[in-house]
Amino acid sequence: MKINLSINKKPHTLEVPSDMPLLWAIRDIVGLTGTKFGCGVSQCGACSVLIDGNLVKSCSIPASFAVGKEIFTIEGTSKTLEFLREAWNEGNVPQCGYCQSGQLMAATSLLDQINNPSDEEIDIAMSNNICRCGTYTRIKKAIHKAAALKNTSV
Amino acid sequence: MSKIQQVNRRDFVKWVGLASGGILLGCNVSSDKKEFIAQRQGSFTPNLFVQIQKDGNIIIMASRSEMGQGIRTSLASAIADELEADWKYISVQQATGNSKYGNQNTDGSRSVRTMLLPMRKMGATAKFMLITAAARKWGIAETACEAEKHFIINKINGEKIFYGDLVDEAAKVEVPLEENITLKKVEEFKYIGKTLKSVDLKDFTHGTANYGVDVRIPDMKFAAIARCPVTFGTVRNFDKKMALQTPGVEDVFKLERVIPPTGQFFGALGGVAVIANNTWSAFQGKTNLSIEWNYGENESFNSEEFQEKLVQRVHQKGKLVSGSSGNVSAAFKESKNTIEATYTVPFLVHAPMEVPNATAWFKGNEIEVWAPVQDPQTARAELAHFFEIPLENITINVTFLGGGFGRKSKSDFVVEAVSLSKKIKAPVQVVWSREDDIQHSFYHATSAQYLKGSLDENGQVTGWLQRVGLPSIVSSFKPMSDFASGFELNQGFTNKPYNLANFRLENVKAESHLRIGWMRSVVHIHSAFGNNSFVDELAFAAKKDPLEFHLNLLGEDKLIKGKSDYPFDSKRLKNVSKTVAKKSNWGKKLPKGHGLGLAIHYSFYSYVATVVEVSSTEGKIKIENIWTAIDCGLVLNKDNVKNQLEGAAIFGMSLAMFGKITAKNGAVEQHNFYDYPMTRMKDTPNIEITIIDNMDTPPTGVGEPGVPVIAPAICNAIFNATGNRVRSLPLVDRGLV
Repeated sequence: MKINLSINKKPHTLEVPSDMPLLWAIRDIVGLTGTKFGCGVSQCGACSVLIDGNLVKSCSIPASFAVGKEIFTIEGTSKTLEFLREAWNEGNVPQCGYCQSGQLMAATSLLDQINNPSDEEIDIAMSNNICRCGTYTRIKKAIHKAAALKNTSV
Repeated sequence: MSKIQQVNRRDFVKWVGLASGGILLGCNVSSDKKEFIAQRQGSFTPNLFVQIQKDGNIIIMASRSEMGQGIRTSLASAIADELEADWKYISVQQATGNSKYGNQNTDGSRSVRTMLLPMRKMGATAKFMLITAAARKWGIAETACEAEKHFIINKINGEKIFYGDLVDEAAKVEVPLEENITLKKVEEFKYIGKTLKSVDLKDFTHGTANYGVDVRIPDMKFAAIARCPVTFGTVRNFDKKMALQTPGVEDVFKLERVIPPTGQFFGALGGVAVIANNTWSAFQGKTNLSIEWNYGENESFNSEEFQEKLVQRVHQKGKLVSGSSGNVSAAFKESKNTIEATYTVPFLVHAPMEVPNATAWFKGNEIEVWAPVQDPQTARAELAHFFEIPLENITINVTFLGGGFGRKSKSDFVVEAVSLSKKIKAPVQVVWSREDDIQHSFYHATSAQYLKGSLDENGQVTGWLQRVGLPSIVSSFKPMSDFASGFELNQGFTNKPYNLANFRLENVKAESHLRIGWMRSVVHIHSAFGNNSFVDELAFAAKKDPLEFHLNLLGEDKLIKGKSDYPFDSKRLKNVSKTVAKKSNWGKKLPKGHGLGLAIHYSFYSYVATVVEVSSTEGKIKIENIWTAIDCGLVLNKDNVKNQLEGAAIFGMSLAMFGKITAKNGAVEQHNFYDYPMTRMKDTPNIEITIIDNMDTPPTGVGEPGVPVIAPAICNAIFNATGNRVRSLPLVDRGLV
């Protein structure tokens, strides 16, 4: 089927099988490979993107679900994401880096909803994302840092 | 390192594909003496490169695979330091798989250990040449010049020249002899021993780092393979009609197993391949296949029964392993206080976040591969062997690895991709699903251990018997290898740090019915669990504090030379133990339901001790704190070492809490992260890493040594908190998490 998607504010027209998950439409059809495949069953969060500001696992929703909505991926930019990137850099967070696109999407969603999240709120928001290298303590610290950067910038 | 040589530009362009001018250096970095000599006798082929360009940019070739251990940054920083380079001019290029780069096998926690010195010499040589060039330009003595942050300074008049402006002159300078090179002193280091952030941070945070699965070639196809649930089973027949009707699917065919010759390579499992124009369609096509299998001889394998069998075997006499000493039977007879314990660890799987995958293009008399491989040279040699293509016609482009942990040392997925490309005559990317990864891996072996120890009236250990059974990694190379091999037992079983007058190690039979491989820290996972749990049990039986007991068991300070360049120094092991005890406030009064556990282990020539604090509420355990101290000699990149040790704690937690692969009727029963769970952020304790300052000692392993201590430290803490002794992993099976 032919669908129109808007990814990072850029329109794309693509031909996809009707049941193709958004993840594969983004990666294999549109060709944006920053969004990662990790499990295919909504368990690891590597494929996380934002649709109209809501965090979703793109491996588990059909591409057609996102028609008429705005998709935000790691290739995009937002104020929150830039603060997070700065904090990620400062904390030297990634190891292999593979899960970090999804981590940054989940963190963007969190900070867009809660200005100054507590440890517990971060735990809840970020526990859908697996990092096999184990960078969790750094991610948590970087989210606090990004929140501070964001709050002082306003 | 034999010598550093300048590489002529024509060769450089040929090898590296860069055509810009500048100084280029190569050196022999092989750590293998035989290879080293062979290369010296043959025509000299430099195998590592530093290129200084006219604009001052310095390109450093990374010969080791980047899988999260930060090697690209670490190796570059060693060169940059000796070169007095300004870090902002440094960039890193990934080498293809080629023996001219020396050993590229990225495993065994040895990249920094074996390559730091050659890298430093490389930087120092380049600096020497730049100084000589500047001295000639100014007509002054070299001693009147010094290098500082990308400039050569004229010490007489304070004039300075930028590195980039010196490259033409420096390119004419003869490469100095190694003895004329002076390396910096520890106190002069600018990057080594400090913290440099990853050179790849920007790519990692923008989704632009190119992993294996991100490779895109014009007109490439995507493939999924249905493999037999039972190891080495074959396709009896299959119906491809439904699969072919799947939108996007273009072809379906049987893929023969690629059987490796005895003693080398990994081959590939074979199965039924689905070729599609995107990954999803290939996956869908695969689920729409109906296949009848010949399960073969592993069909009767049941891992639970196998573990019971191993437990029975370790309760009977096994094969005596050399390195045993004294007479344990006599010691046991004399003692009034003997204890016994049996420990088990299940099969485990690596599950890197990026699944195995490879992109290959079989072009007739050439093969090009893009893949996340830890050992690109073995992959290349394997392809040359199986596809009968000359080695020099095979290019292995090493992408970023989305985690490796040993899985990506085995390039079966590369062999698959090349087989498929050869068949369909087009570039193709094979992608494993997570289920494929969990169910068709090279598994970390299961193990059973039986220990018996004796104590005298003073609580001193008088005898130590240990019997171990674990399927050997060797079985993946040589069928019928039914006993753990010497190199495996030498990971913490034979080479114990303890002062034991009477010690006996026995090895029992353990057949393989799954492909067995190595996973981060390998057999040390078993040995550290058995050793540290049992020391804790002995300490309890002796009514002693576990730390005091453990330190006492290490005996008098001793230095054991051994066969390697890295003598074992018991003082260093004691030091990390005392350090971590201090950090964790060992002996402090704990809140109700809390407990502390200690584990100490020497692996990959590094000394590690960990204390874990757990709390117990209504029978469930929470890991509250982990303190780890490491002495790994010289530290190249401080924050990176810290990051590795933090990650090792999480990796160790995952295996301790959840890690368990089982097989029934020969087939692995787990599928994905819902039944092979990982530590998540909500489980993550406070983690505090202490790095012992030991900059005058050569560097040793970092990536792996932090893992083995975690499970036993957790279990010892659980005992301390609850009195419940966990002897079989994982904790989730004991109802504790």
